[in-house]
Amino acid sequence: MRAAIAVAETDPSLSVAVVSKVYPMRSHTVSAEGGAAAVIRPDDSLDEHAYDTISGGDWLCDQDAVEAFVKEAPEEMLRLEHWGCPWSREPDGHVAVRPFGGMTKMRTWFAADKTGFHMLHTLFQTSLKYPAITRYDEFFATTLLVDDGQVQGAVAIELMSGRIQAITARAVILCTGGCGRVFRFTTNASIKNGDGMTLAYRAGAPLKDMEFIQYHPTGLPFTGILITEAARAEGGYLVNKDGFRYLQDYNLGTPRPKPVLRSMELGPRDRLSQAFVAEHEKGRTTEGPYGPVVHLDLRHLGEKVINTKLPFVRELCLKYENIDPVKELIPVRPVVHYMMGGVDTDINGATPLPGLYAAGEVACVSINGANRLGSNSLPELLVFGARAGRSAAAFAAERKPPGRHLLAQAVDEQTRLEEQFLHKTGGRERVSTLREEMQETMEESVGIYRSGDSLSRAAGTLRELKERFGNIALDDRTRTFNTELTSALELSFMLDVAESMVHCAWRRTESRGAHQRTDFPARDDEKFLAHSLVYHDGTGPPRVEYRPVTITRWPPAERVYGR
Amino acid sequence: MADQIALEVTRYHPERDREPGLQTYEVPLRPEWVVLDALNYVKDKVDGSLSFRWSCRMGICGSCGMMVNGEPKLTCAAFLSDYAPGPIRVEPLKHFAVIRDLIVDITDFLHKLSKAKPWLIRKEEKPLAEGEYLQTPEQLDTFKQFSMCINCLLCYAACPVYGMDPLFSGPAAIALAQRYNMDSRDQGSGERLDILSHSDGIWGCTFVGECTKVCPKNVDPAGAIQQYKLTAAKEWVKSLLLPWGAK
Repeated sequence: MRAAIAVAETDPSLSVAVVSKVYPMRSHTVSAEGGAAAVIRPDDSLDEHAYDTISGGDWLCDQDAVEAFVKEAPEEMLRLEHWGCPWSREPDGHVAVRPFGGMTKMRTWFAADKTGFHMLHTLFQTSLKYPAITRYDEFFATTLLVDDGQVQGAVAIELMSGRIQAITARAVILCTGGCGRVFRFTTNASIKNGDGMTLAYRAGAPLKDMEFIQYHPTGLPFTGILITEAARAEGGYLVNKDGFRYLQDYNLGTPRPKPVLRSMELGPRDRLSQAFVAEHEKGRTTEGPYGPVVHLDLRHLGEKVINTKLPFVRELCLKYENIDPVKELIPVRPVVHYMMGGVDTDINGATPLPGLYAAGEVACVSINGANRLGSNSLPELLVFGARAGRSAAAFAAERKPPGRHLLAQAVDEQTRLEEQFLHKTGGRERVSTLREEMQETMEESVGIYRSGDSLSRAAGTLRELKERFGNIALDDRTRTFNTELTSALELSFMLDVAESMVHCAWRRTESRGAHQRTDFPARDDEKFLAHSLVYHDGTGPPRVEYRPVTITRWPPAERVYGR
Repeated sequence: MADQIALEVTRYHPERDREPGLQTYEVPLRPEWVVLDALNYVKDKVDGSLSFRWSCRMGICGSCGMMVNGEPKLTCAAFLSDYAPGPIRVEPLKHFAVIRDLIVDITDFLHKLSKAKPWLIRKEEKPLAEGEYLQTPEQLDTFKQFSMCINCLLCYAACPVYGMDPLFSGPAAIALAQRYNMDSRDQGSGERLDILSHSDGIWGCTFVGECTKVCPKNVDPAGAIQQYKLTAAKEWVKSLLLPWGAK
């Protein structure tokens, strides 16, 4: 939405098509809870935000991108305020900020604990006033149109009618988010299947840093519903089965009654999730019906703080877990939350494929490096959504409109979909069976800790699953709103994304941030101060290359928390 | 507790059926399962052609509203065990045209939402360099609840007026218009008056407040509608009393 508005404002003569498989206000940004970081207080500085981001990312961030990000984040957040976003306020009327994991200063703007919801609805509602923006709601993109080495649109299924159509364009911006559904336990919505990543990957753009997958330390078991980091920022404790604040055993500082920035419960997400695994190995977690859990204790905050600062946390616990955090402990476990990796883009959102841009979680700029700090992803989608919109608008203004011959590609795509799914005879694999096997493989091999053995096995399993996908059979062969067809297409996107993750993780023989190899436990700056770039290679396994990280002012150092 | 429960689900396919019918599925009755989990169980294991919308499974995306035993509900927040021993009847949201099975056509709402001008309107924009518009927590509180609307449309399915008069803007669109009217930063309430004038619907709205009762986010659209009626009545009186130039 931010990118669409940026195009409309940069060049009102352009027409913008927003193509989305769900109504835009259903998009998964809606679920983001805790907040959005941008320097606003006089005691804070852009350099401190940059350093927190870079050290939090274990020095895999491109520092020129981080510098642009921290500089533009405050004005983007203010712009959203001017568009009506209901940010929480101080008594004097100024925007309020809260502390957040891995951040040295209070700089996280919030709208209670429904920050993403309010940002998305503000952007969506604001977009309605731009006549240049036309929405294609519930259009499911299946492939990009590429002609003469240039991306010139997409083919999409109009779900309501089942019609397969070409939407041509002088430039395309992907804003499709992540792919958490590759895993079983995830905070991600059912629509997060790596669609945009795979569309770009199959069209020839590389994916970057796909081995870096963030586990959020506090998800509810079974549903994977996220309990926001704000719960810890407001003073919540993480305790093991003995009621002990176990993070003190993992070099994250000493426990104090009040939250201390960059310490204990406000350490970074990768370190907290890794501490959970170690705690489990020591036998100090509690066994629940959906595996081991630790507990988040908010009781000492009292009903008033919980109701004003964390109302959604209470609502989610009451409605989905039948637990009242005012009186009870909340069972939590690490769950897959965010992809640091994504489509390779430069600082303006441009991918190496002319005409193709990407912004938000689908992209990897990279500002998140090996581990994203909480509350950096919401401002990221504003800053880089706006940048991608402006640069795509400039690109489009100089191009000729796409030719009608592109429509032939839509006919080819229609034939492919009919042959592979709708008119196919034979086949016996169910979508859900293959999906579950993929999720299990990924959980076992590309989880919080990985090893060469488990990754090589996973690469073999994924190859087999891709072959079996060729043998898929749908119960539903009709046109109108065929959600079994879209589930099958989403599965095929996820299989490609999963394979790219496994190969990147296999080749990176070091441990850094969210990528922890039991067989290579140390960081290796000599060999791996570099981004992985993974290319789709026809029917063969993916090809991985490396590109050095851009360092401007902050040479690699040890990551220190709690001191 | 029995270990199975029956779901009676609306099936309708426009390429095949003249009218909707019900199909019964037996699903496991698990304590942690909601109606949406049971629908996914059917889709994954029994019949892949069953069609419904869903996404976040945490009551915030607004996709999975359906009629559950005759009441509009978010199916991600409706525990099977609350309906034991069953059967549970799952139908598409009332008052909307059905596209297929449990999926309804909501384009009418999107159209009405746009008409409500749900964006901040200013006579003069403050430059970004001058910082934020100040707004106290009390000022925020006056409109905050209306901003919680997730567009799930349970209120339209509950609204007797919308059922009779499809031209009625409806509870969510009016609540969202009021969300901006009440925002201390907004200066556009005058431009949002005509969302009520498209039909006589508003005057048929009673104080029953079905919309407010079914709202999963504790928004009070009925309150917004009453506030709007008052404003509209005042404006009408003003238009009678004042010469054109003064309006």
